[in-house]
Amino acid sequence: MKNKILPIFLTFFFLIVFIVFYKGLQNSNIYIPKNNIEENIPSFTAQLFESSKKIKSEKIFKDDEIYLMNIWSSWCIPCRAEHSILKELSNNKKLKIIGLNYKDNNENAKKFLKDLGNPYETIISDKNGTLAIEWGAYGVPETFLIKNKKIIKKIVGPIDNNSAIEIKKIIQ
Amino acid sequence: MKLLKSFIIIFFLFSLNFSYAEKKNLQNQITKNLRCLICQGQSVYDSDSEFANSIKLLVQQKINDGQNENQIYNYLKDKYGEWILYDPSFRKSTYFLWLLPILIFIVGGAIILKMFILKKK
Repeated sequence: MKNKILPIFLTFFFLIVFIVFYKGLQNSNIYIPKNNIEENIPSFTAQLFESSKKIKSEKIFKDDEIYLMNIWSSWCIPCRAEHSILKELSNNKKLKIIGLNYKDNNENAKKFLKDLGNPYETIISDKNGTLAIEWGAYGVPETFLIKNKKIIKKIVGPIDNNSAIEIKKIIQ
Repeated sequence: MKLLKSFIIIFFLFSLNFSYAEKKNLQNQITKNLRCLICQGQSVYDSDSEFANSIKLLVQQKINDGQNENQIYNYLKDKYGEWILYDPSFRKSTYFLWLLPILIFIVGGAIILKMFILKKK
């Protein structure tokens, strides 16, 4: 009896270890952020891009309106790629696009907008990246769809045609 | 008198330096416990990505605002989820994680006790 307990125990132990590791193999270890969260937008005070004036978030985001908050930068290559889609979305009168200029040089950012066009209604500036953290953002580009002061969709990375179609469907 | 004056000035400068170092230590301690979400496998302290640098700055600001360690952790957990913390809290989904080592320790101890100590008797 005594001799049997140990082999049985060991077999079970290794079986459990095997199952745990085997299951672990299938899990992706890349963190994928939740992107469909109904979350209130943060409240903050930010500097406007065009002037040195400060603006409160309550003045930018109003109730009963739909906003697209886009984090961009002139040094970010994917931002260039998504810019034409943002331009196209800006033609939609129901949607207001707000830009958050992330860790950028003002001269370069202005040149970027001059070259590619300006889809933004308001641009706020985030010189040190802390405002982006307030939004729970990872980096550039990142886009938030906001309705009634709630984030209803979050797109990490550049907007592609599929997400543009999805956004259009939501605002209709 | 001159000596005393210069001594006071030096003392004052040193104490300033010391309080700065203390804040820096706390910032390092906190950022070492945060996972960089862009460059996974590195802590915010180790990483030099844009994301990590912003988090470092934010932690510094929060410390200067007088927030304590837990308040800062909770703030970031609220923004990015629990994944950003290296130390997962004790919850239903982490019972196994926390209790398994203790369980193995007890069972292993029991086996050793049985095999070596009781056998001798």
